[in-house]
Amino acid sequence: MTDISTTCQDDTEQAARRAARLKKRYRAERRFRFYGQAAIGMAGLILVFLLGSIIFSSLPAFTHHHVTLDIEISTDQIDDEDLAASNWLGMVRAGLRTHFPYVTKRSEKRTLYKFLSLGAVDNVRDYVMANPQAIGKTLPLSLPLSDDIDLVLKGLIDRNLPPDERVVSDAELDWLDRLVSENRVSEKFAVQLFTNGDSREPEIAGLKGALYGSLLTLLVTLIVSFPLGVLAAIYLQEIAPKNRLTQLIEVNINNLAAVPSIVYGLLGLAVFINFFHLPRSAPLVGGLVLALMTLPRIIIPTRAAFASIPPSIREAALGVGASRLQVIMHHVLPLALPGILTGTIIGLAQAAGETAPLLMIGMMAFIVDTPTEITSKATVLPAQIYMWANNPERAFQARTSAGIVVLLSMLLLVNGAAIYLRKRFEKRW
Amino acid sequence: MSLSSIFICLIGLGAFSFFFGSARIRKLSVNSDLKLHSRSVYHGSFLLICTTFVPLILLIIWTGVSPLIIDALLEAFLRARLPEADTGTLGVMIAKVKAFHVGSINAAFVDDTIRAAETYYASLLSQFAFGRAIAVIMLALVGFGFGFRPLAVRFAARHAVERVSGYVMLVASAIAIFTTIGIVLSLIFETMRFFSSVPVSEFLFGLHWSPQIAIREDQVGGAGAFGAIPLFAGTLMITFIAMLVAVPIGLMSAVYLSEYAEPRLRAIAKPGIEVLAGIPTVVYGFFAALVVAPMLRDGGADIGLTLSSESALAAGLVMGIMIIPFISSLSDDVINAVPQTLRDGAAALGATQSETIRQVVLPAALPGIVSAILLAISRAIGETMIVVMAAGVAANLTANPFESVTTVTVQIVMLLVGDQEFDSAKTLAAFALGLVLFFITLGLNVLALYVVNKYREQYD
Repeated sequence: MTDISTTCQDDTEQAARRAARLKKRYRAERRFRFYGQAAIGMAGLILVFLLGSIIFSSLPAFTHHHVTLDIEISTDQIDDEDLAASNWLGMVRAGLRTHFPYVTKRSEKRTLYKFLSLGAVDNVRDYVMANPQAIGKTLPLSLPLSDDIDLVLKGLIDRNLPPDERVVSDAELDWLDRLVSENRVSEKFAVQLFTNGDSREPEIAGLKGALYGSLLTLLVTLIVSFPLGVLAAIYLQEIAPKNRLTQLIEVNINNLAAVPSIVYGLLGLAVFINFFHLPRSAPLVGGLVLALMTLPRIIIPTRAAFASIPPSIREAALGVGASRLQVIMHHVLPLALPGILTGTIIGLAQAAGETAPLLMIGMMAFIVDTPTEITSKATVLPAQIYMWANNPERAFQARTSAGIVVLLSMLLLVNGAAIYLRKRFEKRW
Repeated sequence: MSLSSIFICLIGLGAFSFFFGSARIRKLSVNSDLKLHSRSVYHGSFLLICTTFVPLILLIIWTGVSPLIIDALLEAFLRARLPEADTGTLGVMIAKVKAFHVGSINAAFVDDTIRAAETYYASLLSQFAFGRAIAVIMLALVGFGFGFRPLAVRFAARHAVERVSGYVMLVASAIAIFTTIGIVLSLIFETMRFFSSVPVSEFLFGLHWSPQIAIREDQVGGAGAFGAIPLFAGTLMITFIAMLVAVPIGLMSAVYLSEYAEPRLRAIAKPGIEVLAGIPTVVYGFFAALVVAPMLRDGGADIGLTLSSESALAAGLVMGIMIIPFISSLSDDVINAVPQTLRDGAAALGATQSETIRQVVLPAALPGIVSAILLAISRAIGETMIVVMAAGVAANLTANPFESVTTVTVQIVMLLVGDQEFDSAKTLAAFALGLVLFFITLGLNVLALYVVNKYREQYD
């Protein structure tokens, strides 16, 4: 029994000190809380700024300005034997000249010809090939403007700059204003972004080749890494005796998951290309490199999915006489499948966004054609983005952002599917 | 036949043999008094394995080896035409023949030898492709016949199938080991060749990096310098900047989300941060090079600082952003693993929540957090696209984050991208850098594992 009276000698000074200390501690508490909120707010702001700036700068690439010009499909320019080889360029240029009859100087004419995109020629050709009855007539055709003129219309090139500091001359601006006042200029959705292959001209450059390349590469990756990954996971989790060898394999897999992706590129270059002489820039080699990289990223979640299945299921199956493989194939694997698929999808999504190892094996060549075979030269979507990002032309910046938006929306879709799969089918035991 | 059509053909044959085998055994069992030893699925699978297994292996080996043989034959062909040419010239010619074959060289630029060689090359290609198709399909048919014979009601198909699947699984899990061996061997092999022309000490301790090899023999400064210290310094600086961004933000958001946040905020913020982890690095690279770097340069100019447009700061900041989710999710896990009893005990002693976190929870979670930071450093060192797009190419030995520096990964990419002959010291240097990178990241991972295992408290 302590003497209470001695401990209760609170004088006001001590109480004030205690109150001050408490206040200080509460201040520290609020400060700490604020740091946490600030960190989260910061991360959120960064995310919004990152996505916002990319989406914002991609917007110009999704549309393109066209001008409606009267083009004479004159019979003397048409090649009767080979329609595609007709002088389409001549017809387009003639159309420009008739519209601007006062442009007579050679140098001015040359500028005038650059007013339209190179794709305008293709437009006229495709139109006439599809409608042969147009031959001999003069038709109003909607033709794409060149990228610089398009940027002026979108306000991305400042027309108030002094003439020697902007890429568009005064004469071009005059023609443009005339066309706009005649109501001939219209803005259309840029289908070329999805239907064309790569090009040096930003307004013609599209993602089709890269999308096909990515698809072929990922197909190889899936075919190689999914069966191997699942089989390895089954073996390690369900069958393997716990000995030195399996322990070594386990440590190995965990380490492989942390090896920088560029090292896989070096491996691919040394082994697949220099040793086995497989073709450079081919989806086959790219897919194999990505498969080796994805393998541990499939094995680890697959093993986790197996580990989460309760042993009672295996014991029950064994109890009614199933063999070990039957236990796995008939009971454990179907139950673990949602987890396996989720892991595979996420691993493939990572592979789809990977660039560095593919640069090593040459999958960033300038390729116009759409790859059709896993041994033909190809590029992939992230590598295409990298190449466009390195292009100094102004209009390519918007194209690059548009490519990123396409890539991100694909990844979002795929990851969303993975999350849905997990939510829908996952069982908690 | 192309590779994919043979593959599809083989899949078709496999499917056919599976259904054929199981249908066949069902028919046999109906007509027989004996009980089936294995269910029909296993007989089908047995036939499937017999039909496709050997051809598949042959297809893989053939595809791997035939380019080697074709190249050797092509070289012999060219050597017969040009007996005096040395190996280097022949290599260039072989490359030319292939380029002409795929149509990337105009016909006007090649001579008759190349043209003849191209015809020969094309015939070789078609012969090998034809031979491959024949061999694979023949083998598949032979396998089918071989597997068809033992099919009988009492045949132990399940045992056979299970034995084969066991081996296949073992091989599949051994691939992980082969990959590691492949990485280590290929890196070490090329690095040894590199060190036969450049001394190890110069590479590891040299202060000057300029890998340009002379085009002419007598060119000034053409020998190339391979001192990697500026690259290591640049890598360290960018990693350090990245950690300055990622550790406070990642750690504090993990603490806030696991200790303070109400479930609703947690449900939004946690996936939000994970989104950052799903963004491909090339996107971060673009963001760093075209958004952050110009912003920093203009902002720096306003307050009187001169920033290089490829400053280490821009690359480091963006790399830090990329690392945030990595640190935050790993720390979140270890903070959640600290038992609630510790928090309750601290609260019972009158500690405020932040005092509990700082003096109880964080010390308890420290080994996990340290290992998360180590793993994040390893990730930052190996990161490539951000620095390739946003950091410099020239090797500057500087401690000023506003200047441009280069990193190990940037140099690997720069040395290997583009067409160049494979045996020069320049390309081999990339493998030496790759080896350094591999061992540093491996060391950091092992260290991270060690820290967790050594210092983790077992509370349960």
